[in-house]
Parts: sequence; C-alpha cells; structure tokens
Amino acid sequence: MSEATINLTLEVWRQDTAGSGGKFETFKLDGVSTSLSFLEMLDMLNEQLLEEGKRPITFEHDCREGICGSCGFMINGQAHGPERGTTVCQLHMRKFKSGQTLVLEPWRARAFPVMQDLMVDRRSFDVIQAAGGYNSTNVGNAPDANAVLVGREAATEAFDAATCIGCGACVAACKNASAQLFTSAKIGHLAMLPQGQPERYKRVVRMYDAMDEQGFGNCSWTQDCEAACPKEISVKWIAKAKKDFLKARTIVGV
Amino acid sequence: MTLQSNCPTGPLETRWTRHKGNIKLVGPINKRKFHVVVVGTGLAGASAAATMAELGYKVTAITFHDSPRRAHSVAAQGGINAAKNYQNDGDSTYRLFYDTIKGGDYRSRESNTYRLAEVSANIIDQAAAQGVPFAREYGGTLANRTFGGVLVSRTFYARGQTGQQLLYGAYSSLMRQVDTGGVNLLTYKDVLDLVVVDGEARGVVVRDLKNGKLDTVTGDAVVLCTGGYSNVFFLSTNAMKCNVTAGWRAHKHGAYMANPCYTQIHPTCIPVHGDKQSKLTLMSESLRNDGRVWIPRKEGESRPANQVPDAERYYYLEEKYPTFGNMVPRDVASRNAKYVCDDGLGVGAKTGLDQRARGVYLDFRDAIARDGKDAIEARYGNLFHMYDKITGESPYDVPMRIYPAPHYTMGGLWVDYNLMSNLPGLFVCGEANFSDHGANRLGASALMQGLADGYFVLPYTIGGYLAKKGPRAAIGADHQECRAGIERVTTVTDKLLSINGKRSVDSFHRALGLKMLDKVGMSRSEAGLKETISYIQELRQEFWENVKILPKSGDAMNVELEKAHRVADFLEFGELMARDALARGESCGGHFREESQTPEGEALRDDENYSHVSAWEFNGVDSEPTHHKEALEFEFVKLTQRSYK
Repeated sequence: MSEATINLTLEVWRQDTAGSGGKFETFKLDGVSTSLSFLEMLDMLNEQLLEEGKRPITFEHDCREGICGSCGFMINGQAHGPERGTTVCQLHMRKFKSGQTLVLEPWRARAFPVMQDLMVDRRSFDVIQAAGGYNSTNVGNAPDANAVLVGREAATEAFDAATCIGCGACVAACKNASAQLFTSAKIGHLAMLPQGQPERYKRVVRMYDAMDEQGFGNCSWTQDCEAACPKEISVKWIAKAKKDFLKARTIVGV
Repeated sequence: MTLQSNCPTGPLETRWTRHKGNIKLVGPINKRKFHVVVVGTGLAGASAAATMAELGYKVTAITFHDSPRRAHSVAAQGGINAAKNYQNDGDSTYRLFYDTIKGGDYRSRESNTYRLAEVSANIIDQAAAQGVPFAREYGGTLANRTFGGVLVSRTFYARGQTGQQLLYGAYSSLMRQVDTGGVNLLTYKDVLDLVVVDGEARGVVVRDLKNGKLDTVTGDAVVLCTGGYSNVFFLSTNAMKCNVTAGWRAHKHGAYMANPCYTQIHPTCIPVHGDKQSKLTLMSESLRNDGRVWIPRKEGESRPANQVPDAERYYYLEEKYPTFGNMVPRDVASRNAKYVCDDGLGVGAKTGLDQRARGVYLDFRDAIARDGKDAIEARYGNLFHMYDKITGESPYDVPMRIYPAPHYTMGGLWVDYNLMSNLPGLFVCGEANFSDHGANRLGASALMQGLADGYFVLPYTIGGYLAKKGPRAAIGADHQECRAGIERVTTVTDKLLSINGKRSVDSFHRALGLKMLDKVGMSRSEAGLKETISYIQELRQEFWENVKILPKSGDAMNVELEKAHRVADFLEFGELMARDALARGESCGGHFREESQTPEGEALRDDENYSHVSAWEFNGVDSEPTHHKEALEFEFVKLTQRSYK
C-alpha cells in the first residue's frame, strides 16, 4: 500500500479535429503511483497540461470498469496495452517500469475516423448493428420466458458472444481493419438462440454487407483480433458466421 | 401548487389495469403525428424510445455517447427481480411489492410500487424474446438466485453482467427502430436546457460534442431518462460522465426535485487508493456470505493483516449484530465501516479531507480453512481475480480491503403515477425519477424499474397526455423559446470560458465530492449539513471566479467545457441535497440522521412527522427553495421498524 511511483515518457498522438493532420508530442510525467489505472495516469498528465496552459489530451472513457467499451487506444502498438483480456481503463501502472517510453496512438481504421487525439468515431458499429442485429419482436408479443427452452450450453455459448463490448480493439489490431470479430459475435449470439432463428440468414447477409459498406476490411485469419479482445471472444464466431453467410447465399438464397 | 400523484384508488391488485383502461388512446393513424424527444439511452431511455416507436410515435433519442450501448446501465452486475415464481417458492406480485416497499423503509407510494412488481414478469418475457442470454438450468428453463435479504429466489441474471445484457437487448430493439426509421438517433449530443412553451415541455437544447454547435430538438413531449446523480460525490461507482445536468436544468424550469437526500451507499467497494483516484469499483455483495469484516483493535496497527492475532481483531459487525453479523443490510454495514474509520481504526491508504485510512478488512481466511480454497474459488473466483487486477493483492493470501461507495440515487425529479413531472409534457423514467424505491433500493431492483418504466408504463401513460393535447403545430428552430434556450446555454458557456482562473474543473468536483461524502453521505447531522451548505456556496462562488478551462473555445470539441457544465450543476444540486437532508429530521432507509436514532444507535424512522415525499421548487440559485410535501398513505401494508440486532 505504500506508494511506489514511476517516471514515464509519453509520446502521444495529437490531432485537433477530424479533418486536420496530427503529430506525436512527447511528455514527461514523474511520480506516477503504481496503484493508478492507465486512464488515471492520463488524468494526472492532463492536470499537468492544464497547469502549463496546454489543451488536455482527449481520450474516450466512461465506466472505467471495463464494461462500457468506450475506452481504447494503442499502447506501444498493442490495442488496450500489454495485459491480456483487459481494457485500458482496467490496466494499472504497476504493469509498467520506471523510465519506460509509451507510445499512445488512436485506433487506426478507415471506418473509425480520428476525432481528436486518441478518440475515434465508432458509429460504423451502430450501422452494422442496425442492419438486422436484433430479433424483430415488439413489446407485448413475447411468450412466457419459459415457454421457449434454451439449453444451458447454448445459453452459455450465446453469452460468450454477447459479452462483446463494441470497443473496436479487434478492428485496431487487424492488419485489414476488419470488423469480422465484432460483427460475427453479434451474429453468433442470436444464431445460438431459438429466438434468433427466424431472421438468422437474412441477418448475417445484411450485417456483412453493412460491414463492407462502412469500409472495414475482410478477414485473412491472422487472429490478432482474438488476442486483442478485452473480452477474449473467440475467432470461432467468425468461422460460424461465415458458414451461415455461405449457407444464406447458396442454399437459403438470401 | 399541490402535488397530485394521480394514483388510482380502490383494490391495489387492479389499480394499474383499471388505470390503463381509462387512459385516453391515440389512434394508430394519429400516433405518427406526435413526436416524442427521449433524452438518454440506457435501460429506461432505450426501452421507452423503442417501445413508443413500435407503437407508431415519431421518436428522437438523444445520447451524449457515441452509441446507446455505452450507457451506465451496462455496468449493473447482479441481476433483475421478477415475480415469476418459477422456483415454486411462494413468490408473488404481492411479495415483491411488499419486499420493495419495506426495503424502501415505507417512503414510496403503494400504487407505484405495486405496479412495478406487477409488470416485472413481463420484462423477463420481453428480454428473453430479444435474445438476452439469461442463465439457464440444464432442462432449458431460466435460473434464479436469491439476493439481498429476501426469502425467495426471484433474481434473473446473466453471469455478473446482467445490466450489460439487458441493455444490449433494449439497444437492439432501439436499433431495429433506427433501421426501420421509427427512431431518429442523435449521438454525441449533450442536453443542456429545456424548451418550455406556454408552460409545457416541448423540446431540449443540445450541444454537439464534436463541434460545439448548439441546436434545439422539439416535439410534443420530452422524456428524461438521464440516470442518477451519485457523481455529486465525485468518487462513486457511476461512470465518469453520469451527471444531473438535464434534470437540474429542468428543475430550473419549474420541475420539482424529490427526495434528493436519498442515496444508496454500497458497502463492498474497493477503497480509495490515493488522491488521484477517479472512480470506485463495486465488488459483489455476495462476498459478505463468506468474508468476515474486521479491523485491528489498535489504532495505527503496523503489522500486516495476517500477523494480527485473533484477540486483537475487532469483528465489529459480528459483535454489534450477533444475529445478522456480516450480513446486516447495506446501510448498516456502510455506516459502521464509516464509524470505525472515523475512529482512526481503518486500514489502507490515508485519503480524504481528514487524511484517515478509509478501509476495513473482508477476510476469507476462515472460509478457506473451513471449505477449502477450491470451494471459495468456485464461488468468488472472478471477483477475486478482479480485485487482484485492481489492487495487485490476492484475496486468497491477504484479506480484501473494502469501503462503502455511492452507488445509486433513489431521489430524482418528482413524477406522478403517469411518470409525468409537475411540468406538463416532461416525463421522467428510470433512476432519474424518484418514484419506486422509497428511501432505499433493494438489490436487483434498479434494472427492473428502468425497464418497467420504459417498456410497460410510459408508452401507455404518455398516450393519455398526447391524446388530451391533440396534434399541435411544430415548434420551429426560430421559435422565440428555442432562440431563448440557445441564448441561455451560450451565456453560460461564454461565462465559463471567460473565467480563465487557476483551478481545474476536476479539482472543484473532487472538493465538492469529499465534503458531500463526509457530511451528506452515510451519516448526517444538523451541524454538518449546515456547514456543508455554506461550504458549497463558497466553493460555487470560487468556481465561477477561478475555474480554468482549456481550450478557450466553445465551438469545437472541448472535454473540459463538457465537464464544467456538469460540475456547475452539481455545485448547485449538492446544496439542495444537503437542504433536503436537513429538512428530513428522521433516519430512514439510506438516510441516517444522527439526531434520530434508537438508544442502541440504530436508525429511528419518524412516521408521524416524515411520512411524506419532499419535493423542492427552485427559486433561484442563491435563494432558498420552497419545500412541498406529498403525504404518503398506506392502506395495504403495516409500517414496521427494522431491527437487525
């Protein structure tokens, strides 16, 4: 509990607006308590910048407990930093050493334009979700919840896919800036459940089409997405969704 | 103005059904002529917007996030209650109603609370149909668990991420309506004022967070689903951007703020580690089933926890409450942790105003010795892992350190049975209203209320208001009230940017929060509250003279400016909280008044003098608000005092 501290050099991407160019700026930050989270370290740097009369660094964040999916940027080339299965808000400074240089960069993808500094616009994910990422059921129509049985294994597996927080790390980690892991997890979650069956094949085609239209790349199966995913979502969902996609095109005829 | 709750009368069981039957309907073809503006897209907002669009209303949904999926409902862990009686253990609508009203220490309306229990079962059906992956039994039926001091198993859950999964369900329904054109979704828009025309809420003023542009969004009614105000304490389990701004600015237009002093402080959170901390993390309360709470008897104990012999450990909950021990209710556990730390016996980092250690041990040593490490890991493995990740300490080897943290707020804008505030056309749902939890909320009831309001209550009740009003001419952007709204926001923004002082927005927020937690948190006294009111007034004055915001431009993305608007409102709202706490001379639910306790030092409710809702009317920032009271009458339940000795 006694306060161990470290000193850091930070190279941070600075960009004023979406259209403008950007560049790296270097900052020194001393006396960082190792109990701080990575974002609290940035808060500390921002206080320092305010004192120096400089614009603080903009980064997305909100819940700071790893579930809202707002935060995320590259730390030394790794999405969400070095700790596996962890969003950057849950990464703590005890994982770093004094004297280290950390390079912070926003997600890089055509479908995620940089808005300011480390913050990108991920509305393309909402467009994919709106392209059929739902069951068409109105309030008032639902049968009793126990009227439709769902096996425990199927429910557990559906949950594993549904746990995706839509942070975009999979896209950032992918050399093709592909949104296959995000999109396939959403497709797979509903495809696992009986309630998702009526629209299963239409859904996969629409969501895949939306993904292409938004400017995401395709999958070349390097699996960097799975390694970067803070919720450790498996690439098996990509395989499952692709199978559904082929079936939809060739057999079902969507 | 007298407060009309508009609650139905007669038999409790049929009140909602009869009320629905009497609501004037808008015909299917006419619904598209009405436009509803929904602010916030968490459980309440997303469900309300989606459901109204399904019915055929034109809906605009507004969020300050990049996506509705970010709303803080996402973080709720435990579960959602519903009176399904799937476990055949004798649960019923009445039992859920009774547990909720008793848990709220008899400070909510019987009619509202009964309705909440009644529609709870429908929520589970709706969520399952959306594809929410609830926990299941091997046979495929839904699983339940028990939660927080009730005698039945009625809590539905999706691992420890129930809020996330329910939010994604509501979000998927919302995105379906975006897809079909039923909902116009506006993202990155901060609502900073209300447009009121002829005494009726007709729209909101929004600031585009990307470019600072101000605009108005108008319609036939406004629905605020903007969550709670725990961030008035700066450190809370809420997300960083949770705020009271939309509600507070509606309050300035005449909407009453009800019971703002009712806050819930959750006993099992990870303690503050230092003065740079931004946020507190909740650990599930289930830990108290096996963990033993203690502190060293000796002040300034320097030995590591494991080396403190048993005789020198003070198991204060077990000693003071032999029957319930470590399982006393949330408010009792929280308050006692504060008291022992006030006495200087806390453990961990020294923080806060008085630089005292604010933490107590939650020790699993005896449970591990009794049941084995494997059994404890099976029960709490994920929580221990989370704790280890945040603190760097393993609870298998050393006791956890915990301390209470603000978590949920029961108070909010006053609403009637139709969820409409006293300002006509302004509806309020979810945590943002004050309605159903009384002075304390039961575990697994927040998700239930947000979705009950959004799916099953508001879409009906708002129809009654709209039908009565009939279609009206649209309020254009050039309407004088729209222009006036934009001007008001511009004035505040310009003022904030022109101060050019020396202190950051966060430093004011932190100062406010420390004071609020100390004096308007777990335990409140007349002297402390009065002192706090003057403290906040001074701090507010300094804020308006000395806050520093960079960049100095309001017509671009400006994160410090966004925060400044929110903190400016917390600096006014905090004072009202203290005033409300001062006016409530009793202890009830999550509100403990030191002047109102039993000889044994327990909370003493005063039904004779305080069986009412306090609703506050705004009279200006530096003027005292007017205190209105809505009497609470109990026809169906008998009021009892809690005892946990």
